Amino acid sequence: MSEPTLETVTTSTGRRLRTEEMVVNMGPQHPSTHGVLRLEVVLDGEIVVDVIPHLGYLHRCFEKHCEHMTNYQQVVPYVDRMDYVAAMTNEHAYVVAAEKLLKIEVPERVHYIRIIMAELQRIASHLIAIGTFGIDMGAFTPFLYYFRDRERILDLFEMTCGARLLYNYMWIGGLSHDLPPQFTEKAKEFCTDFKRTMKEVNDLLNYNEIFIKRTANVGVLPKDLAVNYACSGPMLRGSGVDWDLRRDDPYTLYDRFEWNVITGNGEMGSVGDVWDRNMVRQREMAESVRIIEQALASLPEGDVQKAVPKRIRPVPGDAYGRVEGPRGELGFYIVAEDSVTPYRLKARAPAFVNLSVINEISKGAMLADLVAIVGSIDIVLGEVDR
Amino acid sequence: MTAQEIHDLLKERFGDAVTAAKLENVPDPFAVVAADRVRDIALFCRDDERLRFDYLMCLSGVDYKGKFGVTYHLHSLTHRHKFVLKVEVPADAPNVPSVESVWRTADWHEREAFDLYGIVFTGHPDLRRILLPYDWEGHPLRKDYQVPEFYNGMRVPY
Amino acid sequence: MTDFIATLLNDPIVTTVLLAFVPLVFILVYALVVLYGEMKMAAHIQNRLAYMENGWHGTLQPFADMLKLLQKEDIIPAAADKFFFMLAPYLVFVGTYASFAVLPFSSGFIGSDIDLGLFYLVAASSLVVVGLLMSGWASNNKWSLFGALRSAAQIVSYEIPGVLAILGVVMVTGTLNMQTMTQMQDGGIQNWLILGGNFPLGQKLALIPVMVLLFVIYLLSSMAEVNRTPFDLPEAESELVQGYNTEYSGMKFAIFYLAEYANLFLVSAVVVVMFFGGWTSPFGSFMSGPVWSAFWFVAKGMFFVFFNVWLRWTLPRLRVDQLMYVSWKVLTPFAMAAIVAVGFIMVM
Repeated sequence: MSEPTLETVTTSTGRRLRTEEMVVNMGPQHPSTHGVLRLEVVLDGEIVVDVIPHLGYLHRCFEKHCEHMTNYQQVVPYVDRMDYVAAMTNEHAYVVAAEKLLKIEVPERVHYIRIIMAELQRIASHLIAIGTFGIDMGAFTPFLYYFRDRERILDLFEMTCGARLLYNYMWIGGLSHDLPPQFTEKAKEFCTDFKRTMKEVNDLLNYNEIFIKRTANVGVLPKDLAVNYACSGPMLRGSGVDWDLRRDDPYTLYDRFEWNVITGNGEMGSVGDVWDRNMVRQREMAESVRIIEQALASLPEGDVQKAVPKRIRPVPGDAYGRVEGPRGELGFYIVAEDSVTPYRLKARAPAFVNLSVINEISKGAMLADLVAIVGSIDIVLGEVDR
Repeated sequence: MTAQEIHDLLKERFGDAVTAAKLENVPDPFAVVAADRVRDIALFCRDDERLRFDYLMCLSGVDYKGKFGVTYHLHSLTHRHKFVLKVEVPADAPNVPSVESVWRTADWHEREAFDLYGIVFTGHPDLRRILLPYDWEGHPLRKDYQVPEFYNGMRVPY
Repeated sequence: MTDFIATLLNDPIVTTVLLAFVPLVFILVYALVVLYGEMKMAAHIQNRLAYMENGWHGTLQPFADMLKLLQKEDIIPAAADKFFFMLAPYLVFVGTYASFAVLPFSSGFIGSDIDLGLFYLVAASSLVVVGLLMSGWASNNKWSLFGALRSAAQIVSYEIPGVLAILGVVMVTGTLNMQTMTQMQDGGIQNWLILGGNFPLGQKLALIPVMVLLFVIYLLSSMAEVNRTPFDLPEAESELVQGYNTEYSGMKFAIFYLAEYANLFLVSAVVVVMFFGGWTSPFGSFMSGPVWSAFWFVAKGMFFVFFNVWLRWTLPRLRVDQLMYVSWKVLTPFAMAAIVAVGFIMVM
């Protein structure tokens, strides 16, 4: 990738030629903006000179809505709709923040089930991320392989709470239902089968020569820039920062299980390139499977609704609760006053923050690389725009 | 470092600029600082060896009815400690220095706070609306916000 | 067959028209088969079933698709250059269709048995790029323009290794006539040019590696010329929406599709003629004759068509600079080297 040149060129006959920049709108209706993102792209030929993201096409006043609920619990279905690809994680983040505000201790069984759900959701979300990233690269097939397995996760969720996409499963202080009888064996079965799919897709996509050529050394996000932009999740770990909230800022019982934090190591190019980010997701799924298997094996007994408060009216104050979502640090900042509804609820959406770095890392890349970069950030516009 | 130590350090360095604090019996210990000094404090928080708050988790605008607040959730990846800074500005002159030059991530967070609350971040290089259309009027997350009847000839309340 | 029909009708114009229709009918039938075949193959590669509703295993679906495209509203963008916008798909199709004239479908049928066969084919199929460029420009859409320029750059670049590979083969056969070329390879699989052709043993053995190299070069550049994955950059849907045919709908879009499929068979047919014995039977005189030879020609062509389909649903797409790299820095030098090698072997 060379620097874009815009100098005046003179031909042998003395005629002056000038290359001109072209402005194209990538989106809001474009196949690879993963929703209704609009990127105003300044191009010099195929080379990206500037990218100006325009957001808000999916803005639904989420934060305003949350201030007008009749109680704290009613916010949960709303946060589901924020990041519709990983609704369980959103609920988890919200209930973690609310429980921090209310100082509620939840039973161990609730913790375990939440971990299982969050990790299943992480796998489901990464499956979409890697699958659609494959589509961005022109490989359609891995997407459908992964959707087959995502379907089984959604079946597990449906078994548990009746919904496949937007669950309203986690309550403040507990869960809406306990696990159904066959859940454990079905989930174990899934874990076994899923390991095979991961190998398949590794062969088909992640270690494909063309795929490596397309993704290695593209969209390199250096470590200090990633931290300065507060990138999180696979974005941050892909840049080689060993940081995972599950381990480093424990909000639930992850310390009881044996698992590793995956970081990018520049295996195919430089640290923090698109390949690294994608591979962090791929390898994280294997770790999630390990966590699920251990959690299923040591699931404690208990009543999942024991700690659910009858009426929620916190003391005035504020709390910021965060969890490690599939896309990164998902936080909720709740300001409470003497009322039954949140006075102010701000969602710190990881995709929103991760996307803000796009201009920085895509300058000088080619148009096709821009598609790869957008794909590797793994944005969900429902979360970016809220 | 504990919240108390961080607070003491800030108090020692900036004196009166740290106007209030609540460090115990709250979910997240915080210090309220003077709005006009916030950029200096932020820079100190980021660069001081003992603090090293290199990671701005979240920046939120809040409407406290009559005054606006901005809350900065800081985190240090180096020392693994957290702290919260808050500033408050009067509603008729909601100007807060921008910390975009300290943490680049504040860029979009500040644009969002400007968009939804109308808090003006002085020194921000590109303070435009981010979530709402560029020609939208008003700042919807303000508590006294009235939904407009029409937007570009389209009826808004339906 | 040409002579037979000519004597039967005793009218050169009617004969020509009739003969011209044979490839057209072939293209239409073949497009339906490939449409169905590609969808089914893609589906089975991807763990799906594809069409299952209309007819047995959805066999009637291609007809339904065709009917839908026929009755669809033909939208021309208001700001488009109407004349060129309408002309472009036909130009693309004509370029491809004209090339079918020199394909030896069977020992008894070739549209036009001219001595410049391969040369004519390369020249006529270059018309396609004019059509694509025209469609991209006339659509008045930046993505279309992008796709059109990419396709122009790509097709022109890949024509060089492609034509060099053809040149290598022509140096072996000594003729550009595709029918003669095929006849040279008659007599069974051992006489196919990929296996060294009908030459003395020493020469034959020396030719095999060179012919395999030329085959790979031509196959790759032909894939690029028909804009198929991994070289489908002109219509890379994740980057350029749909490339040069973004603004087309209904029948015009269908014609682009038809031309693409026809082009796919065309390059496959050239591969077959140059390396795999054209219409000759792999078993010598067993299963040969005009009808069997038509079968062999189509079957071999279809094999390469499906090879393309298989790759398309397996591989990711290259980037534009990598695409050019493959053409100029890999395929072209190798093709040059192969030509030199062929020269030495032939004077041996």
